Amino acid sequence: MGIINTSRTKSPWIIHVNCTACNGCDIEVVAALTPLFDVERFGIVNVGNPKHADVMVVTGSVNPKTARVLKNIYDQMPEPKLVLAIGACGGTGGIFAECYNVLGGVDKVIPVDAYVPGCPPRPEAIIDGAVAALGLFEAKAKAMKEKNAVKAAETAKV
Amino acid sequence: MIDNIIISIIAIVGAPIIGGLLFGIDRRITARLQNRFGPPILQPFYDVFKLFGKESIAVNQTQMLYVLAHLFFAIAALLMLVLKQDLLMLMFILAFSQIALIMGAMSVRSPYSKIGAQREIMQMLAYEPVLILMAFGVYKITGSFMIQGVLDYPTPLLYSLPLIFFAFVFILTIKLRKSPFDFSTSHHGHQELIKGITTEFSGTQLALLELTDWYDLIILLGLLTLFFAQPLWVGILIALACYLLEMVIDNISARVTWPLMVKATWVIGAGTALVNIIWLYVRA
Repeated sequence: MGIINTSRTKSPWIIHVNCTACNGCDIEVVAALTPLFDVERFGIVNVGNPKHADVMVVTGSVNPKTARVLKNIYDQMPEPKLVLAIGACGGTGGIFAECYNVLGGVDKVIPVDAYVPGCPPRPEAIIDGAVAALGLFEAKAKAMKEKNAVKAAETAKV
Repeated sequence: MIDNIIISIIAIVGAPIIGGLLFGIDRRITARLQNRFGPPILQPFYDVFKLFGKESIAVNQTQMLYVLAHLFFAIAALLMLVLKQDLLMLMFILAFSQIALIMGAMSVRSPYSKIGAQREIMQMLAYEPVLILMAFGVYKITGSFMIQGVLDYPTPLLYSLPLIFFAFVFILTIKLRKSPFDFSTSHHGHQELIKGITTEFSGTQLALLELTDWYDLIILLGLLTLFFAQPLWVGILIALACYLLEMVIDNISARVTWPLMVKATWVIGAGTALVNIIWLYVRA
């Protein structure tokens, strides 16, 4: 593991997206930032800007209105990036899964790397999920490198 | 000549290492003041290395040029400091560095970035008079704008320029973008401007901006050291004490509005600096 890969796991900046959540999960996510749980000791910082973020923390189920917003924010994040779906709604749509206006979990719109179940999950579970997802950064970075190589080869051909 | 080259290389390599460590200690102390455990001391380095590894999504082609200008002018200012060159020119080069950042933030379409840049202009408007008055005060005492003149002067400058020292510590809060004057690029927790002036910088560009912040910190602490230059280690200790004071002020104060900042800095900062200079004339 190179120094950049080590740094990736030690400095994940998260962006928190509320996708029609009932705010139960949001409160637990914010609780993880409080002095009691203090995620900053893992280098995790809550940023408001998708362009600075590495990990997207999504709460709530997705409906047609928020799907566009979610996709837009996801596309603004630079590679390598991870997505963490929080709660029962984020994972599958939860009790709202059968509603006529709900598409389902976050993975219906964007690829999800880790799911944290619970209604709402405890802050410890959220921190655990985030730390578990960080192991995926190396594979993500490799995929990004390969994609860039393919892109460079294509532009060279043109 | 060879000496100068060696000093320059040590400064260019050493300043970001010391600056990064100081920022790490800053984050740790801030966390402890808030009753948290806090990140590792090396956290700023992890952040910067990670940012260097991110995908580059530049908004336009000139953006990178402004970021590099911001960095290189800061390095040039640092070199002028360690090679004991002209103090007035150093202030101008520091201003150029800041203007490059403002132009970079203005070159994109994001309104958050533009509001951040405008607030940065207001900050420059507030602190530049104090910097110029400081250079003038040093000239009045030592008879030259050269930093070499300060080091050769037999007594510490503080005895003749106490109020200018106070004014400089006052504007240090603005230069370091700490609360109560942290509105051009807000702290991570306060997101009313997303990230203000750095909103549209990402990946490598943001890493270079962080690197420039470390150089800036060393330049500012170096300028503080000048007030106590005999002996040098006392100056360095006083500069570090001032940095600690900034951390405490950062944590105990809420953000003010920009009109209040400009008024306060011009009245308290530039005002006390002017009083000091008038006193120098009266005394003479």
